[in-house]
Amino acid sequence: MDNIDLETNNSTVTGVPLRLELRGMTKIYPSVIANDSIDLTVAPGEIHAVLGENGAGKSTLMKAIYGVVKPDRGEILWEGKKIDILNPAHARKLGIGMVFQHFSLFETLTVVENIALAMDSKTDMAKLSDTIVEVSEKYGLPLDPKRLVHSLPVGLRQRVEIVRCLIQKPKLLIMDEPTSVLTPQAVRKMFKTLRKLSQEGCSILYISHKLDEIKELCHKATIIRAGKVTGYALPSNETPSSLAKMMIGKELPVCSQDNPELNGEKCLEVTNVSKTKSDQFGTNLNNISFFVRSGEILGIAGISGNGQRELVNAIVGEWLTKKPEDVLIGGKAVGHLDPGKRRKMGLGFVPEDRIGRGAVPGMDLMYNYLLTTHRHNLVKTGLICFDKTARYSKECIASFDVKCGGIDDQITSLSGGNVQKFITGREILQKPELIVASQPTWGVDVGAANIIRQSIIDLRNKGTAVMVISEELDELFEICDRLMVIAEGHISPSLNVCDTTKEEIGIWMSGMFPGGPVESTT
Amino acid sequence: MVFKIEPRPVPSKRMRYFSPLIAAALMLFTGLLIFTLLGKNPVLAFHAFFIEPINDLYGVGELIIKASPLMLIGVGLAIGFKANIWNIGAEGQLAMGAIFGGGVAIYFNESTSIFILPAMFISGIIGGMLWASIPAFLKIRYNANEILVSLMLNYVAILILSLLIHGPWKDPQGYGFPQSVLFSDSTLLPILIEGTRLHAGVILSFAAIGVGWIFLLKSFVGYQLQVSGLAINAASYAGFNYKKMIWIGLLAGGLCSGIAGVSEIAGPIGQLLPSVSPGYGFAAIIVAYVGRLHPVGILLSSLLMALLYLGGESGQMNLDLPSAVTGVFQGMLLFYLLAADFLINFRIRFKSNPTLKGTKP
Repeated sequence: MDNIDLETNNSTVTGVPLRLELRGMTKIYPSVIANDSIDLTVAPGEIHAVLGENGAGKSTLMKAIYGVVKPDRGEILWEGKKIDILNPAHARKLGIGMVFQHFSLFETLTVVENIALAMDSKTDMAKLSDTIVEVSEKYGLPLDPKRLVHSLPVGLRQRVEIVRCLIQKPKLLIMDEPTSVLTPQAVRKMFKTLRKLSQEGCSILYISHKLDEIKELCHKATIIRAGKVTGYALPSNETPSSLAKMMIGKELPVCSQDNPELNGEKCLEVTNVSKTKSDQFGTNLNNISFFVRSGEILGIAGISGNGQRELVNAIVGEWLTKKPEDVLIGGKAVGHLDPGKRRKMGLGFVPEDRIGRGAVPGMDLMYNYLLTTHRHNLVKTGLICFDKTARYSKECIASFDVKCGGIDDQITSLSGGNVQKFITGREILQKPELIVASQPTWGVDVGAANIIRQSIIDLRNKGTAVMVISEELDELFEICDRLMVIAEGHISPSLNVCDTTKEEIGIWMSGMFPGGPVESTT
Repeated sequence: MVFKIEPRPVPSKRMRYFSPLIAAALMLFTGLLIFTLLGKNPVLAFHAFFIEPINDLYGVGELIIKASPLMLIGVGLAIGFKANIWNIGAEGQLAMGAIFGGGVAIYFNESTSIFILPAMFISGIIGGMLWASIPAFLKIRYNANEILVSLMLNYVAILILSLLIHGPWKDPQGYGFPQSVLFSDSTLLPILIEGTRLHAGVILSFAAIGVGWIFLLKSFVGYQLQVSGLAINAASYAGFNYKKMIWIGLLAGGLCSGIAGVSEIAGPIGQLLPSVSPGYGFAAIIVAYVGRLHPVGILLSSLLMALLYLGGESGQMNLDLPSAVTGVFQGMLLFYLLAADFLINFRIRFKSNPTLKGTKP
């Protein structure tokens, strides 16, 4: 590969065996080689980044180390000795702990019960509680062992996962995208914990695609692209853009943004919307009021699970509000109208679940194009106009650079990024007056994310009202004109992006804003 | 032996259409094996079962008469099945169609008006749809499972029919037998081909294949039904009305079953009997699936299923086989179809050492 030097083996010079060494790790799935001859070394106390886009094979590699998946070829050397890791219990016995991207906690159990379940031997609950308090205080991650998990916010749930690993005194801690659910302040805190662990000699494998975090935290980095190692780097010597280049194989494209004046008509107006959660794990909406003007992008920041889903459903009509006037689109009361009628009034919607909601699995691209565009003269006297639909869907594929074989391709054969480009394109080409995009670049590779962001900006410049719900503060600051925060079903006042900072929004994300849940309860 | 089942990356599209043929071939093969084990000459048995019933014009007519209700109901059910709406109540909806249509025939038995037959069909359609609307209403209003409701209503409908035949609609000159009066000529479907029993009702069934083809493959409502079946969240995201899908899905089955019920009593039966169908409503479920919920497939599979009915009768007469033999063949057909479909979507691996060969990155 190009301009990448191998700087892997300096720690063996000191005579201390490597904590972990992988040689030629290969894992083949029926349709894809997830890992192709991957070599990786981690010294004791080293924080080692595994950097790569979504689908590059990072998670598969980590699961192989943790004994969840069996590699098809390759060797694992643990503290200098060749070993087969049979299952997660075996991995834990060796001293490997893993914090998964998706939590594996039982919501109806308490913190201590959840942790006890992960212990491989029978445990005394009272003793365990004490240990939890002790360990969590020591690493600056205080936890109340008796609290029920479903009452904990996402950040604390992750803390439970981390403490669950730490209690077993791991020699290697694997963290899969740990900061995606944290506020910037919480990220700082976690980095402190990780540095402390590293000083104590615990090695950390840190998986992320957030370049600035890796630069700040990690000693070394292994970069993976499409299942292969494309380079090793010392993050402190690199810039985020040089890391990005190794990660995606080309320069990171930049979105062009020119801020128009914010004086459009109010296109969406939400007034005093409240909702009691429909299930135990939902979120109550608390008296939410805001508006979006034509020609502006309003960003809703917040950690997911704070009422975003409920709010979006109220706007798009999958959940009807008490009074029709609670939601106005283009000045007309729509609170009582179903999603189809609201779409007719110029609403476009990019949902966070792509396959299964935004697109139909088991159908090809043309039929998926028809899903929401049928009201634009694609149906005549009850019959589908196939020629026209095919023509328009080809247009959508071409103008949004959807990589596929053609409109006969099954939607599920596309990568996540291409599915998202297709769905976004489909909604944008209908020339909506108002578009709601929920987590538009979640799990999408960097290149596709940029195309999607740029197309949202272009749409705004044409005078569409845009509402973007996202967890990624960087993204919101890049594209939005105004920002609001949602926390525990409360919505914050809005701030112009140029008048605020990520730090302020970060604090607000934990509920501390005028009228927010934290202030109002204390 | 160690083996694992893993999903195929791309299930073969062609095999999806071949699997009914594979299932039919395996059914034949196993059937011959069973004949052999029962001590019958497999060649003679095969001939008696599958050739003899249709080796003359009369036999072909019988085949189409039997296939007619199957394809009609099969298309109606396929419309609901596409949307994952499981109408298992076609047998009862058929009986209700027969009751409503037969009632008109009995009360206007003296009439010679040409409007009698259309009136019977309209009445039968109302009966079938009425019966199908019960599970639809209960599903929408109370989220009641349509499988259970429609299944149980089968027995209610058949008992109502029996009640009427044993009571008010019993033929006064029928020597006490549970049967209605014989229908007069003006209430019977005309015969299409001399020398057979092929009646005009089959035209409706073939028309249903055509209408079903347009509805399922070309119409927007058919598309909406399909989306609802594949991803209910996508349907609500797109703003499709799921309640409407439930109504359409169940009423389509009721409509077709109602027509089939009237066709049976105004065609081959010619009166109301306690039993107006040898399980067409249930067999049509298999027909719909073997036909891949596609109208052309349903046409072919209904002919196959009809042949199994005829072969079963012939087997009883010529081979001393019990009447259950038809059910055995139907069951094998469905079993092999499900197995073939499973192997289209999944493959079995006997070694856990895949190589790089043949795997695209």
